[in-house]
Amino acid sequence: MRHYKSIQAKCAVLKRDNIDTDQIIPKQFLKRIEKTGFGDYLFNDWRYLDDGAENPDFELNKTHAKGAEILIAGANFGCGSSREHAPWALKDYGFKAVIAPSFADIFYNNCLKNGIVAVSLDETVISGWIRQYEKQVVEIDVDLEKQVISGPDGKKQSFEFDPFWKEMIMNGWDEISYTLQSESSITQYEDEKEVDKLGIRS
Amino acid sequence: MGKTIVQKIWENHLVAAEEGRPDLLYIDLHLLHEVTSPQAFDGLREKGRTVRRPELCFAVMDHNVPTINRSVIEDETARKQLAALETNCREFGIKLAGLDSEEQGIVHVTGPELGLTWPGKTVVCGDSHTSTHGAFGALAFGIGTSEVEHVLACQSLYQKRPKVLEVHVSGKRPFGVTAKDIILNFIAQNGTNAGTGFVIEFTGDTIAELTMEERMTVCNMAIEAGAKAGLISPDETTFRYLKDRKYAPKDSEFEKYKQQWSGLASDQDAVYDKTIKMDAADIAPMVTWGTNPGMAVPITGHVPDVSGTDSKYKADEIRHAASYMGLSPGEQLEGIPVQHVFIGSCTNARLSDLRDAANVIKGKKVSSGVRALVVPGSQSVKRAAEKEGLHEIFLNAGFEWRESGCSMCLGMNPDIVPQGERCASTSNRNFEGRQGKGARTHLVSPVMAAAAAVEGHLADVRKLSIQEEVLHATL
Ligand code: SF4
Repeated sequence: MRHYKSIQAKCAVLKRDNIDTDQIIPKQFLKRIEKTGFGDYLFNDWRYLDDGAENPDFELNKTHAKGAEILIAGANFGCGSSREHAPWALKDYGFKAVIAPSFADIFYNNCLKNGIVAVSLDETVISGWIRQYEKQVVEIDVDLEKQVISGPDGKKQSFEFDPFWKEMIMNGWDEISYTLQSESSITQYEDEKEVDKLGIRS
Repeated sequence: MGKTIVQKIWENHLVAAEEGRPDLLYIDLHLLHEVTSPQAFDGLREKGRTVRRPELCFAVMDHNVPTINRSVIEDETARKQLAALETNCREFGIKLAGLDSEEQGIVHVTGPELGLTWPGKTVVCGDSHTSTHGAFGALAFGIGTSEVEHVLACQSLYQKRPKVLEVHVSGKRPFGVTAKDIILNFIAQNGTNAGTGFVIEFTGDTIAELTMEERMTVCNMAIEAGAKAGLISPDETTFRYLKDRKYAPKDSEFEKYKQQWSGLASDQDAVYDKTIKMDAADIAPMVTWGTNPGMAVPITGHVPDVSGTDSKYKADEIRHAASYMGLSPGEQLEGIPVQHVFIGSCTNARLSDLRDAANVIKGKKVSSGVRALVVPGSQSVKRAAEKEGLHEIFLNAGFEWRESGCSMCLGMNPDIVPQGERCASTSNRNFEGRQGKGARTHLVSPVMAAAAAVEGHLADVRKLSIQEEVLHATL
């Protein structure tokens, strides 16, 4: 997993609520059996016109959003399917952090597991940044270690982040190796609860 | 202070609970399908890991499968993905219901009907509609592929203890109102993020009276309200459904489990983090007008106008969604022509759903210009329906009768709705492009889908000339 302590980068804005995972990565790309290469298909149906050319009206195609590594979006971002292809596509495209007023639960977890720093912030703070973004290129500094974001106006904004996942992301740890350190507890649980009895037999 | 069923299941599954990290929760049943699992198995291989408890896993092929002529899968990437699942299951010793298995079907239809889903189990699947299994009083939730890999390797997951939202539904459902309308109404009233951060427990006399298949429809769409899971405390209806199912406990063992399960229901004095009350008598047959399941109104309703007085959606959102849907703000929904009708998906493709739809179309014809599809939720549903002769009712009316799978719910196989065309669908998501690029989806119940097929447009099933007692028997 990638690891960072802070991300200072250009932003892109998608000012809509309820952006679902079907938009982030449409289903026709879910048949791939790899984890990489999804970036080209991120927001495919919005990003390209029918003839395959870039849609000039789509926010990420605007010049001042090119090269952005932080995505600012509306509420309930990532609702819908559990497809981890959505964060894989965001990551592959180059996004390291996503900021929104709220996230859908499974999507949020999927981001954390891929080292994408997903931060929920108050809608009024975000709208202020969006107003600035509409005028000029906007840079934001997300400091995961201190849990502080420096907005384009220079104002600092603290945010909440699960301490467990903060440590995981900052160190780039492998979650399975971490869990397997508790293997004896798992085995003990299995013995006590006789999970054998749940086994699927035919 | 009493406990909710969620607390009880949680405490029963704690492997480790330590300060400063989420709880480590044991997983009793791990369901897998071809789309969200290949990268997880590859991850295991890369690190030289094994599957900890293959006997707690069950895999099916459902998302990509053709619903006609199954021996030829023309799409090479789909073929590869299905082949990968087969190889992975063989290599790691996981039971698979493949294309030619009589247990094949949509993962959330087959799990319950095979008796894999029991009250009190923790159930996960790399699929958001895992919430369906909550109908049995299981704590069932969707996970991503990294978590699939984690469960394969550790049979457990780090999870934050969720809050519990009680959705209390009481009162008698009016004529024509199905389980689908209850949940669509809930999401329309409370929003697609009403359940964010919560597990929803559905309670109340209306819920208690639902059959297991209806309960599955309700829990299936809990995720569309943003909830991590939806569940219903188990009762005699649950136990009756489970008894004698293939993988359920048998005989005296079943009785022993039943004792245990009976204690799972939320206590009378359980305290919920939040409660929302609904009166079933106020609900009408619903239809979605927009591009998320919360954008739903009674069939007698209209697309909200942009003044913002009759909807919780902002003017921009209404304009954007209506424009995608080829509708105008304020437009009446009843009477809008449809070109496709899809009866299928893990929400509404069980035997009772097909019976309901068949009762509506019996002796009628699919309107000319409408292509109507029935895709049973599983091979077992298909067999049972054929035994009752339902397929003949559908075929005689002009429906196509297909093999089981996800099909047009998300159009990963060849069953798609062409650009700009409109579909009345019994599935659970009306997102942009869900049923095909540019496809326009209206979510409805099976009886409303049947009504749309017969009329050729979005129609109010209550107005159809169906013998009332037939429909009453149905609903
Ligand atoms: S039927 Fe639709 S919602 Fe259900 S599992 Fe298949 S694709 Fe997902």
